[in-house]
Amino acid sequence: MKKSYIVALVVIAAAIAIIVQTAGESSTYVTFDQAFQLASNGSAKSIHVVGALKKNGAGDIIGIHPGADKVSFSFLLIDANGKEQEVVYHEPMPADFKRSEKVVVIGSYHNDTFVADKILLKCPSKYVDEKINAGA
Amino acid sequence: MDKVVHYLIGDLGHLFVILSFVSSLICAFAYTKARSKDDLAEKRSWLINGRVAFYVHVFSILGVVATLFTIIYNHYFEYHYAYSHSSIHLQAQYMLSCFWEGQEGSFLLWLFWQALLGIVILFTQRQWEAPVMVIVALVQAFLGSMILGIVIPWLNIKIGSSPFILLRDAIQDPIFKTTPNFVPNDGNGLEPLLQNYWMVIHPPTLFLGFALTLFPFAFCLAGLWEKKYSEWIKPALPWTLFAGAVLGLGILMGGYWAYETLSFGGYWNWDPVENAVYVPWLILIASMHTMITYKNSNTALKASVILVVSVFILILYATFLTRSGILGDASVHSFTDLGLSGQLLIYLLFFVVAATVLIAVRWKHIPTSEKEVHTYSREFWIFLGATILCLMGFQVLVPTSFPVWNKLVSFFGGESNIATPADQIGFYSNFQLWFAVAVAFVSGTGQFFWWRRLEKESWKKEVMPVVLATLVIFGIVIAIGRVTNPSYMALALTGIYILVSNVKVLVSVLKTNARFSGGAVAHIGIGMMLLGIMFSAGQSKVVSLNNNGLIMSRDQGTEFNRDNLFLFINEPRTMADYEIEYRGERLELRDKSGYIKKSDVMPTFNQYVVIAKKDLFFAGKKLYNALDTFEIYPENIYYEIEFRKNDRVAATLFPRVQQNEGMGGFIASPDIKKDARRDIYTHVSGYYNPEEGHDWSKQEEVNVAIGQQFFVNDYVAVLEDVQRIETIPGYQLKPEDVAVQAKVKVQGEREEYYAEPVFLIENKSEVKVMPIEINDLGVKLVLLNIHPETNSFTLGITTRQKDWVVIKAKEFPLINVLWLGTGVLMIGFMVALVRRFKDHLKETSSVS
Repeated sequence: MKKSYIVALVVIAAAIAIIVQTAGESSTYVTFDQAFQLASNGSAKSIHVVGALKKNGAGDIIGIHPGADKVSFSFLLIDANGKEQEVVYHEPMPADFKRSEKVVVIGSYHNDTFVADKILLKCPSKYVDEKINAGA
Repeated sequence: MDKVVHYLIGDLGHLFVILSFVSSLICAFAYTKARSKDDLAEKRSWLINGRVAFYVHVFSILGVVATLFTIIYNHYFEYHYAYSHSSIHLQAQYMLSCFWEGQEGSFLLWLFWQALLGIVILFTQRQWEAPVMVIVALVQAFLGSMILGIVIPWLNIKIGSSPFILLRDAIQDPIFKTTPNFVPNDGNGLEPLLQNYWMVIHPPTLFLGFALTLFPFAFCLAGLWEKKYSEWIKPALPWTLFAGAVLGLGILMGGYWAYETLSFGGYWNWDPVENAVYVPWLILIASMHTMITYKNSNTALKASVILVVSVFILILYATFLTRSGILGDASVHSFTDLGLSGQLLIYLLFFVVAATVLIAVRWKHIPTSEKEVHTYSREFWIFLGATILCLMGFQVLVPTSFPVWNKLVSFFGGESNIATPADQIGFYSNFQLWFAVAVAFVSGTGQFFWWRRLEKESWKKEVMPVVLATLVIFGIVIAIGRVTNPSYMALALTGIYILVSNVKVLVSVLKTNARFSGGAVAHIGIGMMLLGIMFSAGQSKVVSLNNNGLIMSRDQGTEFNRDNLFLFINEPRTMADYEIEYRGERLELRDKSGYIKKSDVMPTFNQYVVIAKKDLFFAGKKLYNALDTFEIYPENIYYEIEFRKNDRVAATLFPRVQQNEGMGGFIASPDIKKDARRDIYTHVSGYYNPEEGHDWSKQEEVNVAIGQQFFVNDYVAVLEDVQRIETIPGYQLKPEDVAVQAKVKVQGEREEYYAEPVFLIENKSEVKVMPIEINDLGVKLVLLNIHPETNSFTLGITTRQKDWVVIKAKEFPLINVLWLGTGVLMIGFMVALVRRFKDHLKETSSVS
């Protein structure tokens, strides 16, 4: 067999190994109920949940509680199925947090609270601002 | 103040956009004709047509750039682009950043570079001009269509997003119903994170890199098209080298910018946006190596074709990923979907299909070398290295493409919701580290075959000194750097290996022909970068580790790294060998460098102007006299953080917090103290905000005489003096009014503070008092009453919690080795580029 075929085979094998390994380590987007299921089944794997911050009738965000040590906080997140969940984050509140229209929390359940290791924010872009700023 | 809407300039800009688009299509058509004609006269006339069209194209692109810049520079806020990306108070150098902050502007930047580089082709590549320019013009047409902003009426399809649309057409605001010609007085401003000089030079560099990758691709396709299967390599190689240097530099500049301005605590985050350009760069480097191999030994031509085409396709794919909004929930970076996803997809697919078809049709004809590659040859090792680089890119590409996969599956009716691993950095780094180790090993070994094939006998003689030197240096580095992690040890070992073996090559090359030293220098740079990455990322440590037991009960049972440190003003805390102390809020000056205390200035009605309360010094230099009026940047607050080690100040850092309501609250940027051995890095992650309505205590009253001591929030204070004053800054005193000012000295932990509250009797009977706050100490003093009968005064005292700040601090050891290595790598690229360019000149002169 020619050496180039062997090289090609090795490369293909390596590529497949990469795909398998990546798939094995990948996380998933789930709802809070699914995440809770996973955690109760003993999975400690971090998963992604997409949701929106809880707001009252007037459109103000409610349910944010700063930690007493000022370097952590908790908030209420409502997922796609409408389930409301308290999420704890052990970092200070990220910039733009309260403005975000969508929050992706990456983490897992610890008993009844969802502990986020990381938060991604989707902020409404200034392109879609409906109001012109003051100073007219 | 009535403002007029400047219609002309926008119309002119739009006209230039359309002209540039049409001219690029004409150019592509004319060059296609020129290519197909055999008759020389006809060919020539089509060539001239193509050239004229291209010059018109270049001119109109410059016209678009000039008009857009005029709109930004002159603050024509009636235009959406100016309104949403700039503001009156923006510094002039950042006007450039406004230009490319928006998607339209960055497309324009890309078009601009490719237009200029196209001219280089016209002047240097007469033989290749027609087929190469067809491809360049087509790419320009596709890119140009992204900023066209025209609607096809009968289909109701909008093509492109124009940077010249008026604000009133972009934003539905009721004000435009009543006053259609309304022009805002100020713009939304530039994203604060982009107000950094790296953001002035990083995008142009990166887009120049993108633009450069077009040319090897164009030469390659032209070669296949013209059936010059191997001749394209030579003219394409300098472009590949240049692209490798510029793109690499652009990527690293982005990393450096992130390190300096973003508060994620590092220079590389494996975010999809970063990955999207990292992958094509890896493949580009692989293609560069196979192209050089082909030039030297006529092997790896097919591999070169595939790699060169892949690089460009990957750049298009990166553009699609980052601009179509498909990354959605996967990226920290927020990208606005301008509705261009369809167009971007067509652009990508067009070139994927065109290139694939062309390669497939011509595949059989591409010459291959029949001879087997010998294991002891340079080609073997280069080929191996290129293969590893490709796998390295593939490993990053797969998870980065998850969002595309999810979309694709749902498009065909399925359901897929895979996401990148939660610990993104750990996941990628683990893989990439071992790939880097393999690449470094292969590359270092390949250098033994620099001059010739090595025979088994000479093997020992060549290799042993390098291996020995590597091991000795490795031992020293590991011992001094205290590296214990096996994977970092492997990275250090191979990093040193590539360094040593290339130094050996460099020494012998310099003796004979220094022109050929580019490769060795570049590889030395890579070795240094690997070592720099190993130390700065692998050995970085959180200095602000919060391990003082301040953990809340509801967190019990879980282990967390609390990387943030809570600091009260002037109360030092000891963390990881450092004593860290928060010293108070500082302001940045507009006209002088340095920081001043917020409490040392008086505000005026104009928030950009303040008055000095006393002589102001920074780092021993006098900046302003008392009562000087000067300008500041009110939206930027700096927090002075002092780091002490063994009672000596190791660093005084001023991390920034920018409050910009238009941009939505608070944005923190780090400050970094750099020295030869390490960087100390800190950023603010939370701070005391007086506007959030913190509780003041109930007012406490004290009766004191002049010279008498009393206590304010546990600080010793003394009433030094009370004087009648004739003027109050910013206030109109009437002749019958009486104003009295007290001077209270408060002894803080580190210095004395003065508060000078005023007591005012207006119209003979109305008493007005003005409380004065000493920010740092969290106290407010007010002169409440005067008792001439007892010669005493009543002072009111209110207190609040002292100022505090939450910071995160990290130490990055030897990060300079990474930056230095980058510089060395660039020098290597330049040396190689000069050599290839001289070769090219020599050939063209010998031909003519």
